[in-house]
Amino acid sequence: MTLFFRRSDIDGAFLAGEPKMTKGTLKSNPICRRGLHAMLLCLTAFALLGAGDQSARFNSLGHRLICVCGCTQILLECNHVGCTYSDRMRAELIAGLDRGENDDLTLQDFVQRYGPTVMAAPTATGFNRVAWVMPFLALALGLLTTIFIVLAWKKKPALAAPGGVLPASGADLEGFRAQARKDTQL
Amino acid sequence: MSQIGSFALLLALALSAYSFLAGALALAQPGPGSERLGETARRAGIATFALVFLAAVVLVTSAFQDDFSIAYIYHHSNRDLPAPYKFATLWSGQEGSLLFWSLLLAAYGLVLRLRHKTDAHLFAYASVIIAAVQIFFLLLLNFAAHPFALMTGRLPADGAGLNPLLQYPEMVIHPPMLYLGYVGFTVPFAFALGALIMRYPGEKWIRITRRWTMVTWAFLTCGVFLGAHWAYSVLGWGGYWGWDPVENASLMPWLTGTAFLHSVMMQEKRGMLKMWNMWLIFATFWLAILGTFLTRSGIISSVHAFAQSSIGGWFKWFLLITFATFTFFFFKNKSHLRSEHRLESLISRESSFLFNNLLLLLACFTVLWGTWFPLISEYVQGNKVTVGPPFYNKVAIPVALLLLLLTAVGPLLAWRKTSLESLKRNFMWPALGALMVGILMIAVGVRPWTDISYFYALMAAMLATLVALTVTSEFIRGGRVISRHTGQNLLASVVHLFHRNTRRYGGYIVHFGVAVVIIGILGTPFNQDREKEMGYGDKMTIGPYTLICESYTQDDNPNYSNEWAIINVFKGDRQITTMYPERRFYKASQQPQTLPRIRSTVKEDLYLTYEGLNETTGRPIIKAHLNPLVMWIWVGVLIMIGGTVLALIPNAAPARVTAPARIETAPVGAGD
Repeated sequence: MTLFFRRSDIDGAFLAGEPKMTKGTLKSNPICRRGLHAMLLCLTAFALLGAGDQSARFNSLGHRLICVCGCTQILLECNHVGCTYSDRMRAELIAGLDRGENDDLTLQDFVQRYGPTVMAAPTATGFNRVAWVMPFLALALGLLTTIFIVLAWKKKPALAAPGGVLPASGADLEGFRAQARKDTQL
Repeated sequence: MSQIGSFALLLALALSAYSFLAGALALAQPGPGSERLGETARRAGIATFALVFLAAVVLVTSAFQDDFSIAYIYHHSNRDLPAPYKFATLWSGQEGSLLFWSLLLAAYGLVLRLRHKTDAHLFAYASVIIAAVQIFFLLLLNFAAHPFALMTGRLPADGAGLNPLLQYPEMVIHPPMLYLGYVGFTVPFAFALGALIMRYPGEKWIRITRRWTMVTWAFLTCGVFLGAHWAYSVLGWGGYWGWDPVENASLMPWLTGTAFLHSVMMQEKRGMLKMWNMWLIFATFWLAILGTFLTRSGIISSVHAFAQSSIGGWFKWFLLITFATFTFFFFKNKSHLRSEHRLESLISRESSFLFNNLLLLLACFTVLWGTWFPLISEYVQGNKVTVGPPFYNKVAIPVALLLLLLTAVGPLLAWRKTSLESLKRNFMWPALGALMVGILMIAVGVRPWTDISYFYALMAAMLATLVALTVTSEFIRGGRVISRHTGQNLLASVVHLFHRNTRRYGGYIVHFGVAVVIIGILGTPFNQDREKEMGYGDKMTIGPYTLICESYTQDDNPNYSNEWAIINVFKGDRQITTMYPERRFYKASQQPQTLPRIRSTVKEDLYLTYEGLNETTGRPIIKAHLNPLVMWIWVGVLIMIGGTVLALIPNAAPARVTAPARIETAPVGAGD
């Protein structure tokens, strides 16, 4: 599960110290203090989320890595007979978790050992961010363009009815009727 | 034998070149002699088919005769290969599959040239363009990937055998389906480019190509999902779609082809999106070629890239030339493609098609971007990155959900303008139904706030229900009107309604199929798997099933030796089946292969794989997957294909209204 904020961001904010959250304010204001306690409790809960469930972490991390044998499959899904990599990599993943490493550190270990292609998706750092941003940028651009086209079409004036024209003949009317039916049918 | 094949290919190239040059000359200089020249070009095109067909027959015959003097046969067949796979040798390797591509193109060209009287001038243009594409493939076959190249040195006693992954019944039909789809888009593209070059008046070319496009789309749909089913049944990882570059390559033209099928209706009905449609069909054709380039060039690593070589350069040039040619004629003649009507309302069928196209194109762009990003990354930062399922799942799923929403809403919108009141009226019951499904899912334990994949699953379920209900309500609403007028019962009225506009209601059935497929896909977040070393009598539990290892057994045949695990499956105390996950060792290719066994029900698939032996303990490892709702995917695809076939049936002639003083109301179900 993706958290809405990173733990390091919050720690950073506390370390930097928000101007209103001074020591004196905390001591003197019980609501603030309770709020802070609640926040810390939430933070602890978030930090511990999943920590107790080793197999869930193994499953989650194993799906963020690929087997480097060349099959390009997700590590936990590589089942090539005689694959010399996937078993070893799974064992390394379990060892990393047993050492108590957090997710980032475990993944970093793999990147250092096997190179960046071991990650199943680009990381959200540096140039790799472009991979994530582009589809949404294209969506935004596409939406804007479509709306622009729709508005431009809507603004385009309808053909003015020419004055003094003779009424259409029976054959023409039949053509118009066919066109009108085609245009207005459900 | 090989000389006959080689000669046939060389002659086919010469005839294709003649068909192109003479056809182009006849069109460029109309005059008294040009008609006869054009006719010779047409006949040369027909003869090309005969020659390419002969070459294909020679290759297949060589496979059956175990003629290992032909390098292609040596590399892709062996004496003990079963007959259906010997036949499939034709498309099992690069040279053969290019020959197969050329054969299909020649066959499409044959049909087109035989039906030339429909519109001789337009068909002549299309025939020349098809001849040009054919020249490219025949050049490849003659000079870069020759299927009849001979072995040098001492002739081997037996062939190297077919890739074990390809020795599965579906491989006999999956590639032909996919290729029929890929190649088929050449025909509407040829008509579109022909219409552009000759500044073809009106939309007749779209009506001519409509059936071609629908048939081609059905083949491609079939091919894509057969590929998914093959991956599920053979690769043994328990999934059906891995976002592999080659899978992506088949999805991209499917997405643009789907967009084209929708947007041509705007052109037919309202004379709008003419330029857009030109680009869409070009993009579809181009992406089909790009897919082959990706598969064959080896520039992107893929588990599916069975045949890689240096023909990438040829494809690059062909892609560039086709792009340049199309762009040139587009800018030269685009004044011919102005819209005849304007958009009158945002809430209209037209705008729903616009947004549908936007989302389909965006989905295509996302897939293209993800497929190419490793190369872009290597170019920019010097190292490749992997763009795998986690990327696509995060980026493509929201787009797919939006598309599903449009699929639900689109049919409820009328052409030109829809009142909010009527939209509300038609939308209310399906929306309530979808809401109920959402509440029900939460009630049975789906917690969308705990995991994003559950949220997606919930949304997908609600939207798929919405699609299914809007489609059903459309049928019922129309059926009721017919029933009121004719006194027939509702079922007969719905059938009557369908016959009045097969294309529209066939399309709705396809939408219904899409909803069913989505319901199948949304089971993915709830997949479970277990792995265990299982000796005799050992137990493993997964979901409601208990698996007990009965025994292991072996067998041997000329093609492979194999080993089965015999697993008894219990649900509660009752034994429901015995499953036999298998490991094979192919003798000719000296390659091992696992073959999973699947027990499919409407609710879930129990999927067992015999993984092999633990190297240290020597005990066999069995992996079990419990994949909910997978069967719905395959059923949904069948509904999609069925809907397309029904949409191809010609409409029944409308009943004539003879009452003189009455104004005929718009017939229900007369639109698309």
